[in-house]
Amino acid sequence: MSRRPRTWPAHVLLTAGALVMVAPFAWQVVVSLQTLPESLRVPPKFTPSWQWSNFADVFRTVPLARQFLNTVVVTTAVTAGQLLLCSLAAYAFARLRFPGRGAVFMLFLAVLMVPAELFIIPRYEIMQGLGWLNTLQALIAPGVFGAFGTFLLRQFFLTLPKELDEAARLDGANPLQIYWHIMLPLVRPGLLALGLLTVMWSWSSLLWPLVVNTDPEMMTLSAGLASLRGQFQTNFPILFAGSVVASLPVIALFVVLQRHLIAGIAFTGSKG
Amino acid sequence: MLSKREWAWGYLLIAPMALGLAVFYLWPIAQTLYLSFTESGVFGGYTWVGTANFAELLGDEEMLGALGNTLLYAVLVLAGVPLSIVVAALLNVPGLRGLSVYRTLYFLPVVTMPAAVGLTWRYLFNGDFGAINHLLGKVGIDGPYWVGDPDFAIYAIAIVGVWSTIGYNAVLFLAGLQGIPRPYYEAASIDGAGRLRQFFRITLPLLTPTTFFVIVITMINALQVFDLVFLMIDLKSPALSGSRTIVYLFFEKGFVQNQRGLAAAIAVLLLGLILVLTAIQFRLQKKWVHYE
Repeated sequence: MSRRPRTWPAHVLLTAGALVMVAPFAWQVVVSLQTLPESLRVPPKFTPSWQWSNFADVFRTVPLARQFLNTVVVTTAVTAGQLLLCSLAAYAFARLRFPGRGAVFMLFLAVLMVPAELFIIPRYEIMQGLGWLNTLQALIAPGVFGAFGTFLLRQFFLTLPKELDEAARLDGANPLQIYWHIMLPLVRPGLLALGLLTVMWSWSSLLWPLVVNTDPEMMTLSAGLASLRGQFQTNFPILFAGSVVASLPVIALFVVLQRHLIAGIAFTGSKG
Repeated sequence: MLSKREWAWGYLLIAPMALGLAVFYLWPIAQTLYLSFTESGVFGGYTWVGTANFAELLGDEEMLGALGNTLLYAVLVLAGVPLSIVVAALLNVPGLRGLSVYRTLYFLPVVTMPAAVGLTWRYLFNGDFGAINHLLGKVGIDGPYWVGDPDFAIYAIAIVGVWSTIGYNAVLFLAGLQGIPRPYYEAASIDGAGRLRQFFRITLPLLTPTTFFVIVITMINALQVFDLVFLMIDLKSPALSGSRTIVYLFFEKGFVQNQRGLAAAIAVLLLGLILVLTAIQFRLQKKWVHYE
């Protein structure tokens, strides 16, 4: 009666779709290993000629190594900051009672609704006032604060049983100790999801880095690549070598930890 | 006594985040609202100009063009949402193997930085040596100059916009699909409903809360599109008139031409647009979203 349904039609369609998803990346890698004339050939040449020198050239034409380091430093600092500050606030919102809690949380939620463009000009002026233009702290400081992360982690803290706090409190633990020793280890899936999302966003973010750091030495990879687009309009092999180097770390991280990222995204969908 | 201490802890623990949000989010919102009524001087400083910026923008060809381009882009990207439902439905086929492999592949465009994505597609869409026109040529279509042509640029960008969000939306839809109780399907099977009929009669209606969420999120993100336009179209390209979006204009006014007051007014108009369109979505949902 309940015959197992055939899955091959699904496989055919999904494979066709997956090709469309992957082909542009494969093509980018191929062109990053071609010579300049080959990359402009009509009809296109679909095979690489192993021009590894493109990868050396891109490090020579732009401060790619420096930009790579900038991006790693900024992403690490932003992610660490987000995880700490969001989890502290989320814990307080979910597990502690204090007057004004609801009102302040609504204010946090309201911030979520406002498009990022409204923050940019005043933030730029703050950075200008501090003398922080063209510094890494200009990229880090606004990034460590986030209403989204607080909201996401609060949902995780809310799922933990009430008895946990009560028992720990009877043992004489203060809220900070409860947060650190008991709660934080239990919301690890939430921390992992938020961490991965933050890494992804911080690594790729473009508009703010573009505005605030105009010195190539202080750019992140995203802004660095973007600023090359006019200059090297036709030198796609070198551009793509840079682009492969820039996007590989996050892709690798995702392939290893995808389960946690997906769980986090699905979670935002169900609670949103 | 104990509760007083709990209050203190509560304030202490939210203090860092609240302070940061006040400085980097709340104050900027107020400041941008204020700046939108001012004009920035050549040597810094702002003078109050009332609603002059808004009056100027609402009669400005570039702004109206950007508004039209942004709305067209949003409609095109929303038209791509059904593709994510199809992908999610295929991934949800019982007994399918290799789910995580497919998920990884469909997610590649989501996790890759837009800068790299935009550059790749700019190359693929090139009118002379791009692979897309080459493939179109094989089936006898003479492709346009996509990213060099004001009539086609926004379509090229929207194709990339859809391509890069299919995986993300499919994950949301898949979570929604997995929440639909199996017995519904079993009952329908017994009644003799085929798979296609089940999809339209059970899956789609029960998926509507997720669909609503995806539509709202996709719309809000689409109205703020910047990265792909910036990467695929040059500042001086003739195609810009047909692909300049609101946020792109914000960037140009604020940080290329240094007209901060005007840029602030653009940001405020964008906020208004998003609020109005989101409110309309929430109104409309009552007509088509089924909550159990």
